Amino acid sequence: MARTAVSRRLGNRLRWRTARLTDGRVESRAARTLVFEVPGWPGHLAGQHVDVRLTAEDGYSTQRSYSLASASDGESVELTVQRVSDGEVSPYLTDELAMGDVVELRGPVGGWFVWSPEQKEPILLVGGGSGLVPLMAMIRMRRAAGSRTPFRLVYSIRSPEDQLYESELRQDEPGLDKTYVYSRSAPPQCPRPPGRITASDLSSTGWPPDFEPTCYVCGSTGFVEKASGLLVALGHHPGRIRTERFGPSE
Amino acid sequence: MPIVSRGFHGRARDTQRKLPPGQYETTDFPVLSAGPTPTVDLDEWEFTIRTETGARRSWNWAQLTALPSQTSTVDLHCVTKWSKFDTEWQGVSLDVLLEDVETSADYALVHSYGDYSTNVPLEDLLNGQAWIAYRYDGEELAPEHGGPARLLIPHLYLWKSAKWVHSIQLLVEEERGFWENIGYHDYGDPWREQRYQGD
Repeated sequence: MARTAVSRRLGNRLRWRTARLTDGRVESRAARTLVFEVPGWPGHLAGQHVDVRLTAEDGYSTQRSYSLASASDGESVELTVQRVSDGEVSPYLTDELAMGDVVELRGPVGGWFVWSPEQKEPILLVGGGSGLVPLMAMIRMRRAAGSRTPFRLVYSIRSPEDQLYESELRQDEPGLDKTYVYSRSAPPQCPRPPGRITASDLSSTGWPPDFEPTCYVCGSTGFVEKASGLLVALGHHPGRIRTERFGPSE
Repeated sequence: MPIVSRGFHGRARDTQRKLPPGQYETTDFPVLSAGPTPTVDLDEWEFTIRTETGARRSWNWAQLTALPSQTSTVDLHCVTKWSKFDTEWQGVSLDVLLEDVETSADYALVHSYGDYSTNVPLEDLLNGQAWIAYRYDGEELAPEHGGPARLLIPHLYLWKSAKWVHSIQLLVEEERGFWENIGYHDYGDPWREQRYQGD
């Protein structure tokens, strides 16, 4: 069952653990969800991330950070990885890692870009591209906890083929409103012409600032700069806007 | 002993430049911030050093940029794993700003416009190790990278180099800043991989 508490024993939380791939799902043309079994996983909050370490035969090793996609659920941990074609790590994770293979993982990490079911204020989630991943963990945590906190999601993607979690988000879910912003090509039934996110996308489907929502904005640097700037201009207090930016989007 | 991931080879290793453990090189300049980028008007910009006795020294924009500046080429190491070599910055050394400050403090808590803060030992701000930087790569420092001015302490993980720097508070006892309060390391030496409390 979902847990909201996270172990505070740092020594335990920061140990590198062996994570074995037990399942995988193709999410879009460039993204794959990896389901790992991680013995001793202490649980996590929605929005936290993990450090992943890969080591080659010759001892070379490298690390990356990935957002957790799943609500906390025992020793099962899900990451959704977007393939960056010239990346060192993401093509390995999306294309080569097979069932039973192992990586090392430690965490959870990050205590700021998190949502917990104890929060009662309305929530605005603004995601660009693979920036949806930690926001999806919040949506899943809300569902797992039976929370009735009202959520609104504004999700910006280039084209319908880039959408993550398509079938899951297609389901109606009481208290979760979803709006899609297509920046390059929109499906034919979509009334909004393709284009970057605008103030009216956020004002017409987000919460009015005087409802004092907490806003979570995640995506590329350009997207987060744009969307968080629009939210401030609309009157949302900067202290209620939490951001997470994907650097070199690996 | 690290566990080998089957079939993982990694990139061709660049043996010319050494990276801290767990870091990889990027040639981009990624951005990491906890909230929206604050807008700071240069007419109202101010940088203050406060000591443990409450004494204050402040500089406005014209005063800061009139001080002797240095151009430094340094490597950046972000706790999110990327490192960037040979970045060029211009700014005022903290040695200049702290020169006339009387204090017995050992710690500093750095505050930013937009409520960010981070803690560093005072000695890490001295001896040519730290700057209030206002130009990057020959240009004005862009807001998303901390403009108009940011702290630059390149020998520590980059979150210590507070963007939109506003003041430095000198303290006899250490107080934790924004990320340090939620589990990031008090010191943050990339070469010892001090990412989180307990590392």
